[in-house]
Amino acid sequence: MAQLNIDNWKITGIAAAVPATVTENSEYKHLSPIERKLLIKTTGIERKHIANKNTTTSDLCEVAANQLLDKLEWDRDEIDILVFVSQSPDYYLPATAIILQNKLGLKSSCMAFDVGLGCSGYVYGLSIVAGLINSGNLRKALLLVGDVSSTTVSENDKSTYPLFGDAGTATAIERAEGHGGSFNLKSDGAGFETIIIRDGGIRNKVKPSSFDVKEISPGINRRDLDLELDGLEVFNFSITKVPKLIKETLEETKSTSEEYDYFVMHQANLLMNETIRRKLKFSKEQTPYSLKNYGNTSSASIPLTICSQLNTEMEQKKNKMLLCGFGVGLSWATLSIDCSPMVCLPVITV
Amino acid sequence: MDLGEFTGKIKEEFEEDYNMEDLNPDTHIKDMVWWSSMHMLVVIALIDSEYDVILTTDEIKKATTLRSLFEIVKAKK
Repeated sequence: MAQLNIDNWKITGIAAAVPATVTENSEYKHLSPIERKLLIKTTGIERKHIANKNTTTSDLCEVAANQLLDKLEWDRDEIDILVFVSQSPDYYLPATAIILQNKLGLKSSCMAFDVGLGCSGYVYGLSIVAGLINSGNLRKALLLVGDVSSTTVSENDKSTYPLFGDAGTATAIERAEGHGGSFNLKSDGAGFETIIIRDGGIRNKVKPSSFDVKEISPGINRRDLDLELDGLEVFNFSITKVPKLIKETLEETKSTSEEYDYFVMHQANLLMNETIRRKLKFSKEQTPYSLKNYGNTSSASIPLTICSQLNTEMEQKKNKMLLCGFGVGLSWATLSIDCSPMVCLPVITV
Repeated sequence: MDLGEFTGKIKEEFEEDYNMEDLNPDTHIKDMVWWSSMHMLVVIALIDSEYDVILTTDEIKKATTLRSLFEIVKAKK
């Protein structure tokens, strides 16, 4: 698609919550000390926050949402839309968004639904909410985004376990004349097996063999219920398709990389992200990272990076932002937006 | 570009942690004890930034030695 320009909305606040438990990649027992060093150097991930077995994505999003709503002093009856973007919902059904509508004390006329996206999910989620707000009658929305990816990876899989951390975020969006943003949203289902959990859906229902641990190669052991990631394919996709999309976005919005205050990418791995940054000639100062302390937090990574690295800047001044999510699906998306000063809470530890 | 320079750049990436005496243009890289897919990602990123060449996953999988990798990169420049 070409750029999708959506008017009459703005981001009013962002909050992010992470679990308190931290695991260090320097202590990952399935890699030798030299391998751990190379892992940390290439991924940029030193540690990540991991949910305990009783904590779900919606729990983290609920904490973030409550603190954000309190800070904004929003009346909960004013919220017209709640969208929950995650690939780790509470239940197979019903939708987690509806459960959160109740837990957050929102009115029953608040529409609530889930979106099953990962890495591209924050930008896709913003486009959905922005479109609904621009339709005219709806004033305020909550976009809740995150994953507990650590629950879906095998501890004995060195290609996935060290990468993923957990987080839940809340973004407050409201109708605002004279504001808006420009989206570009892409999909390629031919790459669906690049990042996949094979069993547990309708295509491959859970069966006894789903629990069998397979040795894929030395150090890579997983079940069909665990996340599978083709690192080479993801890398190639990211360093080709993503820069191409961003160049398209810059061209369509008649902007240059220099004009942006910040370029916030999905936090995949440092080597990949730095390759993208250099190709597009964004400076290090323009490109914040949260990889070091939080890892790859799926759809939460963009708002978490904003809260952890830019919360003062977002509160104190206007910022021209380029957001880019890319990954599982394959799905990738950009948002070019001029942000007014907003509430941006420091990261909440639960 | 020449093979010596290409091999040198790759060795520079790994010489801090590994013995580079074993890595020469005709070494079968996947037979090296320490070689992994993560090392290949570092090489792909290096080739992209130094030579502005992006390799397809098929090309990466076919490259068994640094010489064969060099030939692929040279052909694409």
